[in-house]
Amino acid sequence: MANTVVDIKKTTKKKSQFGEIWHRFKKSKAAFAGLIIFTLILLVVIFADVIVDYDVSITQNISQRLQHPGGDHIFGTDNFGRDIFARIIHGSRASLFIGVAAVAVAVVIGGILGAIAAYYGGITDSIIMRVSDTIMCIPFMLLALTVVAALGTSMINVIIAMTISSVPRYIRIVRAAILPILGQDYVEAAHSVGSGDAHIIFRHILPNALGPIIVQTTMSIGSQIISAAGLSFLGMGIQPPTPEWGAMLNEAKVYMLTHPYMVIIPGIAIGLTALSMNLMGDGIRDAMDPKLKD
Amino acid sequence: MIKYVIKRLLIMIPTLLAVIFIVFFITNMTPGDPGSLILGQNASKEDIAKKNEELGFYDPLLVRYGKYVWDLVHGDLGNSWKSGRSVMKEVLGRLPVTATLAAGSVIIGIIFGISLGIISAVKQYSITDIILTIIAMFLASFPGFWIGMMLILLFSLALGWLPAFGVGSFKHYILPWITAGCGFIASQLRMTRTSMLECIRADYMRTARAKGQKEFKVITRHALRNALLPIITLVGMEFGSMLGGTVTIESVFSLPGVGSMIIEAIRLKDVPLILGGTISLSILFTVVMVIVDILYAFVDPRIKARYTK
Repeated sequence: MANTVVDIKKTTKKKSQFGEIWHRFKKSKAAFAGLIIFTLILLVVIFADVIVDYDVSITQNISQRLQHPGGDHIFGTDNFGRDIFARIIHGSRASLFIGVAAVAVAVVIGGILGAIAAYYGGITDSIIMRVSDTIMCIPFMLLALTVVAALGTSMINVIIAMTISSVPRYIRIVRAAILPILGQDYVEAAHSVGSGDAHIIFRHILPNALGPIIVQTTMSIGSQIISAAGLSFLGMGIQPPTPEWGAMLNEAKVYMLTHPYMVIIPGIAIGLTALSMNLMGDGIRDAMDPKLKD
Repeated sequence: MIKYVIKRLLIMIPTLLAVIFIVFFITNMTPGDPGSLILGQNASKEDIAKKNEELGFYDPLLVRYGKYVWDLVHGDLGNSWKSGRSVMKEVLGRLPVTATLAAGSVIIGIIFGISLGIISAVKQYSITDIILTIIAMFLASFPGFWIGMMLILLFSLALGWLPAFGVGSFKHYILPWITAGCGFIASQLRMTRTSMLECIRADYMRTARAKGQKEFKVITRHALRNALLPIITLVGMEFGSMLGGTVTIESVFSLPGVGSMIIEAIRLKDVPLILGGTISLSILFTVVMVIVDILYAFVDPRIKARYTK
């Protein structure tokens, strides 16, 4: 599904339009800074094993416990004597993956349901929207927590929990993006030549509604990374010894007053990742906004 | 107008029933049963099964749901499996902490977020605007609970001005309020700025200036009043997410709120407590959203006009 959308995007949008958006994106210093930070984080994710062995991040060494940054351990060690630098490097994978995966799954499911609601209208629309309104009445974090409590703590379950809690938002976004397109002449033209519903939705409607969807998606990855870290921080996310930034904060909480570096470093890692996503999201939004065209 | 208010209040009832059902359905899947929690690990399987039977644990989901709603209407959220205490009493005892935390942070967010957002919009592209935008960006990107930890390190550990943990006095709430308020300031500032910028470019602003109105009045009377609509919605939504979001902040500051009760209950697999906590906060959220909707109608003449005929 996701592939079709991307393919359609490639074929229907001319390169010049992307070139133009990229040109405007580049002009924003903040967005470009976000892109650079994100690229660096991505490189860390890809080359984590080259930078430092995974074993270093989970090997306990009690004789080396709670060492302040400097010397052999550039970021110090935690209460089990594990190297914090190695844990930060390898923790990037889980932290980033959960955020991106949760958003990606939610966008696809929300996109399909939102498109169906907008396209068919009537009773279908009412049912989908009432259900998603109801889910939105439950605070995000609490819903995610109850789902994790029910399913158990694992990476997949955290992603499921965050997807369930955020799908209603994407249904709304996609539905709102599609509604104005439905009345367009080209949609009517497609109807009159006898195109099927699926063809019209995927070939004519979704590609034209992609703008707001892309913007919202990029902007929400940052907040999803923070939410995932929050779940792990509460002990309801990724479980130790797997390195993950939120879980590192959870373990470090007890030592916060005596060994502040243990909480400072993972927090900065989470913050920088979310910051890069937010900066890029803002940049893409501004670049795609025709009102801001020079 | 009264018709609109009544209509909104009536719609709230099925919404609440559905919310309770969803939470009930999800927590129903939580592993664990009352018998083994009440009788302890040494109890025999038969005794546990008997206890479960007695408590109606094996009844069909819909029957238990109906019973739960019926009890809830009568002010009963059941009893904790672990301690046997009334869930309603537990929730009511802890709700003031969570509500104080959420309300205080929303007030901080409104005061600082909206005023800084207005300044940012009025002085668009100035140094102040750039600095405020950067601050908002950072506040939105770093997790609230982590900012809280940093505040503890600064104000409690390094400076020793404020207590870091627990409740007891007004002072105990200052750091949690600021912590929870940070994210809110960020979103409120961004929203106010965008919303104000749209209004500042509107034609009626030029008209207002052309007829010689003072700049301050132009901003407050003409721009702000129009910019307020999306801001109000956001305040309601943020208050709601704050009710859930305080979970992490309660954990950082060891506050005995509903959130920390839910976390504790999840660890013990004490389903009535998870259910009671989540449902009471969800009900509170839904009620707040309805109030926001009604307020919205009072502020927006377009909605008002539809119902006053």
